[in-house]
Amino acid sequence: MDAIIYSLPFLMNGLGVTLLVSAIVVALSLVIGVLLGIGLIYGPWPLRWLIRLLSDCIRGIPILVLIFVVYYGLPPLGLNLSSFWAAVLALTVFKSAHVIEYVRGAVTSIPRGQMEAGMAIGLIFPQRLRYVILPQAMRRFLPPWLNGVTDAVKGSALVSLLGVVDLMQAINQVIGRTYEPLPLYVLGALMYFAINYSLSTLSKVLERRYSYIRE
Amino acid sequence: MTATNLLQIDKLSKSFAENQVLKSIDLSVAAGEVVSVIGPSGSGKTTLLRCVNFLEVYDGGSIQIDGREVGYVDTSSRKRRGEVDLAGMRAETGMVFQSFNLFPHLTAEQNVMLGLRRVRKKPLKEAREIAQHWLSRVGLSHKADALPSELSGGQQQRVGIARAVAMDPKILLLDEITSALDPELVNEVLDVVRQLAVDGMTMLMVTHEIAFARDASHRIVFMADGLVSAQGKPDDLMAEVATNERLRNFLSRFSATAH
Repeated sequence: MDAIIYSLPFLMNGLGVTLLVSAIVVALSLVIGVLLGIGLIYGPWPLRWLIRLLSDCIRGIPILVLIFVVYYGLPPLGLNLSSFWAAVLALTVFKSAHVIEYVRGAVTSIPRGQMEAGMAIGLIFPQRLRYVILPQAMRRFLPPWLNGVTDAVKGSALVSLLGVVDLMQAINQVIGRTYEPLPLYVLGALMYFAINYSLSTLSKVLERRYSYIRE
Repeated sequence: MTATNLLQIDKLSKSFAENQVLKSIDLSVAAGEVVSVIGPSGSGKTTLLRCVNFLEVYDGGSIQIDGREVGYVDTSSRKRRGEVDLAGMRAETGMVFQSFNLFPHLTAEQNVMLGLRRVRKKPLKEAREIAQHWLSRVGLSHKADALPSELSGGQQQRVGIARAVAMDPKILLLDEITSALDPELVNEVLDVVRQLAVDGMTMLMVTHEIAFARDASHRIVFMADGLVSAQGKPDDLMAEVATNERLRNFLSRFSATAH
């Protein structure tokens, strides 16, 4: 038990890495996914075709395979990333493909008349997106996306496979020293749960904020 | 037709795939004139209206508002106007939709203000004053802060009208604006349109309210099969029933309500 308490700072470092990986992946995939999602809906056909192809391919590969493909595939191409950034890149690519689909689902659910009403008062395309379409799409985008954020946190545990000392890897290393797997895995599970429970609480607040049907 | 027409449509044609919806439409609307378009469904009325602010891209012919070609840089080259240019033209053309199409995330006042702020670039205070003026004109001052979901259909459509006219358009296009309303809510909307007509607003409206078209418009255009089949002052058009069989067939369905 003492050994576990002494290892707590080490575990907290791991937790920090898990949060950092998750935050970077979530932020990057949000930006990339939203841009490509809009490209998928409104872009010229070659762009739409390309995004559709990428999204389908990426979502059709297990994330674990994608991580190893990126890790072993980039150096021969002359791109040497640390295992941390290789893992972040693979997770970002994977999450982006999903964000694209959330965006597509949310935006295409807005009735066509909304775009037309925006046109009729003379808004240009970026204004129609900003003031008419996206605020409405936000409401439908948030629930699946926030769900995806918790997936990203859980999925970040896979970076441990490349030797990145995240929470998962830290736990495994402490177990290697103490031979007490059960309490440590339970402790790890509680930490992941604490993160995701806070996130889902936050998501309820956000969803209420963006429901414009007054309660 | 002379150059004094605000809206000038010549030989307008438009097809959806194999289906030629508009064959060759000639139609003009003078400044201050109220013109109603009637006709059986599928006759191309709504498509015609949507071509006027380029919500539909037309294939042939020409549409001019105040001497400027709608949608294309000029008639001969058929080069599309750029997004900013096109938006600028649409801002000069108000449109009220059959299904209201209010912005559900914005209050009534914000619905009216959006174009004033982002297109007309009015300062907040002035935009709000204009919005309040028009909301009061349509009898909805007390609903300025209501969301569309908190309004009745008739109230929503009146906000729709306020949103369109607040932009001070050269011409107002009304697309079957009472078709989606419960019968008891139709009149509150038509009263607003009547008032706008009295004020001299130029309007082109597609409507199934024959009685309303008769007493509120200067001219009625009867469309059938993608062509203007007959047009004239309301009473003159009604007199054409004797010679125009299509018009007679169409109007016979309204005989109970037209008088």
